[in-house]
Amino acid sequence: MEHVIEMLNIRKEFGNFVANDNITLQLKKGEIHALLGENGAGKSTLMNVLFGLYQPEGGEIRVRGQEVKITDPNVANNLGIGMVHQHFMLVEDFSVTENIILGSEPTKGGMISVKAAAKKVQELSELYNLNVDPYAKIEDISVGMQQRVEILKTLYRGAEILIFDEPTASLTPQEITELIQIMRRLIEEGKSIILITHKLKEIMDVSDRVTVIRKGKGIGTVITSETNPNDLASLMVGRQVEFKTVKGVANPTTDVLEIKDLVVCDYRGVEKVKSLNLQVRKGEIVGIAGIDGNGQSELIEAITGLRKVKSGQVFMNGQEITGQRPRKVTESGVGHIPQDRHKHGLVLDFPVGHNIALQTYYSSPNSKNGFMDYSAISKKANEIIRKYDVRTQGDHEPARALSGGNQQKAIIGREIDRDPDLLIAALPTRGLDVGAIEFIHQRLIEQRDKGKAVLLISFELDEVMNVSDRIAVIYDGQIVDTLDPLQTNEQELGLLMAGQTKNGTQSTQVKEEGSTHV
Amino acid sequence: MSNRLVNILVPGVSVILGLLVGAVVMMVSGYDPVEGYIALWNGIFGDAYTIGETIRQITPYILAGLAVAFAFRTGLFNIGVEGQLIVGWFAAAYVGITFDELPKMIHLPLAIIAAALAGALWGFIPGLLKAKFKVHEVIVTIMMNYIALHTSNALIRAVSDGGDNTGGINPTASLRSEFLENMTDFSRLHYGILIALAMVLVMWLILEKTTRGFELKAVGLNQHASEYAGMNVNKNIILAMVISGAFAGLAGAMEALGTFGYASVKGGFTGIGFDGIAVALLGANTPLGVIFGATLFGSLKYGATNMPNEAGIPEEIVSIIIAIIIFFVASGYVIRLLLERFSKKKEAK
Ligand SMILES: Nc1ncnc2c1ncn2[C@@H]1O[C@H](COP(=O)(O)OP(=O)(O)OP(=O)(O)O)[C@@H](O)[C@H]1O
Ligand SMILES: [Mg+2]
Repeated sequence: MEHVIEMLNIRKEFGNFVANDNITLQLKKGEIHALLGENGAGKSTLMNVLFGLYQPEGGEIRVRGQEVKITDPNVANNLGIGMVHQHFMLVEDFSVTENIILGSEPTKGGMISVKAAAKKVQELSELYNLNVDPYAKIEDISVGMQQRVEILKTLYRGAEILIFDEPTASLTPQEITELIQIMRRLIEEGKSIILITHKLKEIMDVSDRVTVIRKGKGIGTVITSETNPNDLASLMVGRQVEFKTVKGVANPTTDVLEIKDLVVCDYRGVEKVKSLNLQVRKGEIVGIAGIDGNGQSELIEAITGLRKVKSGQVFMNGQEITGQRPRKVTESGVGHIPQDRHKHGLVLDFPVGHNIALQTYYSSPNSKNGFMDYSAISKKANEIIRKYDVRTQGDHEPARALSGGNQQKAIIGREIDRDPDLLIAALPTRGLDVGAIEFIHQRLIEQRDKGKAVLLISFELDEVMNVSDRIAVIYDGQIVDTLDPLQTNEQELGLLMAGQTKNGTQSTQVKEEGSTHV
Repeated sequence: MSNRLVNILVPGVSVILGLLVGAVVMMVSGYDPVEGYIALWNGIFGDAYTIGETIRQITPYILAGLAVAFAFRTGLFNIGVEGQLIVGWFAAAYVGITFDELPKMIHLPLAIIAAALAGALWGFIPGLLKAKFKVHEVIVTIMMNYIALHTSNALIRAVSDGGDNTGGINPTASLRSEFLENMTDFSRLHYGILIALAMVLVMWLILEKTTRGFELKAVGLNQHASEYAGMNVNKNIILAMVISGAFAGLAGAMEALGTFGYASVKGGFTGIGFDGIAVALLGANTPLGVIFGATLFGSLKYGATNMPNEAGIPEEIVSIIIAIIIFFVASGYVIRLLLERFSKKKEAK
């Protein structure tokens, strides 16, 4: 059996910390090989070694049987290795095409010819149903779309071996199905894929073999058809994992958040939230189900003061907070786990401790008479690091050095710890491992049981259905229906999210008062 | 290799490399490098007088370096330190000549504050334009430099009835120190160095200890996250430029109240403000680093003036040598890389 990639006994250290401890991974030609491990296990690190971003301290890499030194990503590119990173590496000010050709710009008489490239991008995009506008600016497109640009980038460069680092984390179920089809097609064309994902369902669905790593050590490689999600989870965590979220019934009382006829525009001035009505009560979790781009981001940004409200009103505990500055909104009792953790959630070059204090740095005990008390900050940070199992070498480590999942846990810890009356959680478990997801869901339910309100935005139906007490389906900027999770199913939700009414016709206008309580 | 060690080694190795290449330049152009460097050394540390003058030269460099470094740390590129320094210089001199009944206790601080305020105003304008209209501060600050130069020249002519000099400031506004002058064989060393060092402490305090500093740094690193965290991004951008400008204005006060005791019409820029960029970079934009950068810069600049006298090396060559040394220190990145490679190989063995 031919191995296209062999990573043998790879060792990677960061200072005194060993992120990869003699890990071996062998990729066969034409297979989809899943790489599984907890947050911070060392998956991205291992792939960055393969892609030439990190130099290993030990071990060897063979590509098609030849030992190679991958000293930088260009070497990887030349060896036919392409990578879709967990955190996108895109230039915000550039267009999709410019980003894709970055580093290998096609020139015509000394001038960069974007046009031809854009055409090729368009073709690729159509071929794989990626639906990407080659001329759109990165800063203007959604997270989901940015991910697809990253995928396009490797396809454009014609990589033979593709590394996908959590490509599905931000995709909707439909998009994931599409992506899986793309992957299968790539395999048919003789390419090979390494896939990192925390979603065991996807691994079972699409992969041929799975390599599991735990805390930097290789645990072993299993054949997918000979294993099951439960075994995989316990292999990776080292103990049995609960899948189904356990929760009692909700006892909702009075409204905490009330949104009336809210209209919000996106960056182009196009209305994305159209006269939306929604209430969230004390003691309940309302899940917003919908396909990315139906106004979810604009809705959250408008509530939290990050985006202008065109018309309509937002109330917190009866007080109007429409158009208030984020600080005012926060102080009215809103906690916000933002959708884009790198853009809004973290100052990556700040230490973890500073980041954990990002919402409270200005008030006692963190700040007194205009001076910071960094020991108080550090103390609190360590408390949250411990409680939320943020794997870091300490609160002084820059947030940038944390693995994606651990960055997310730090943000979640920060927001929940403030015990807000309303917690807005946008894709809170994106990029978390199964154990951590379960833990976070429990924390959300705990908030609810304490009589707090939770607004959950997720692209994952499983999550919405498991965690919410009420599901509000958003389509084209409006809440088209509100459902009881116990009395609905994925089919029905899927149809509503796609803009069909329950009896199958295209919905044109929301029903009046479409968001009354169930 | 520990980070701290690297941080100390890199500038050290850079200086040595710079000196070596500078020596080659001297040899190629037919001068004795040993003689040249002895002259340089004597120009810096030769006697009490040169030491005093060297420290005097370092003083405005520290403040200009702080101005640039502070802006850097808050995500801004202040190219306008030169202009802020010039307006500070004029403001201090103006206050210095205008009041003559005031006790020193009031007059001197007043003149110093005037300089800081003038610099702050010169920083406020680009800050405001950036915050409100997203105009890049580099463009505005460059233009502000020219406005400062010509405005201050015009004002000097105005206050001196068409002359080219404000005339000497009143002794009550002077930073001159008989004590320091006596100690250094009548150099122009003045109390300004104490102000500069105090400002190093102030910058450190603001950035590392105050809540405002936390915000300024956060806004400099990630505006989106800062906005999310409820910070007023615009206010912080403006404030960062104001504080940076105030440091620069103080650099001007050093010249007005210490070294010269007047402001005169300038044919061109002083260069101190631009050198401040290099000083800040040499010092890795940290307060302590700025002292190092300013010391290196000030010493070389002042000491080099002795090379033509003592070693007969023409000024042009001297400028090249100084530039080379600074170039090497500034390109510390390369040396950092080499050091890393080197230490890795050693570890591998
Ligand atoms: N540049 C770095 N400097 C220091 N430590 C790092 C660096 N990059 C990663 N680490 C550490 O190495 C460990 C492994 O990180 P890695 O990003 O590979 O995890 P991961 O398995 O991809 O996790 P996730 O599922 O959360 O993405 C983490 O503990 C992280 O803090
Ligand atoms: Mg990762």
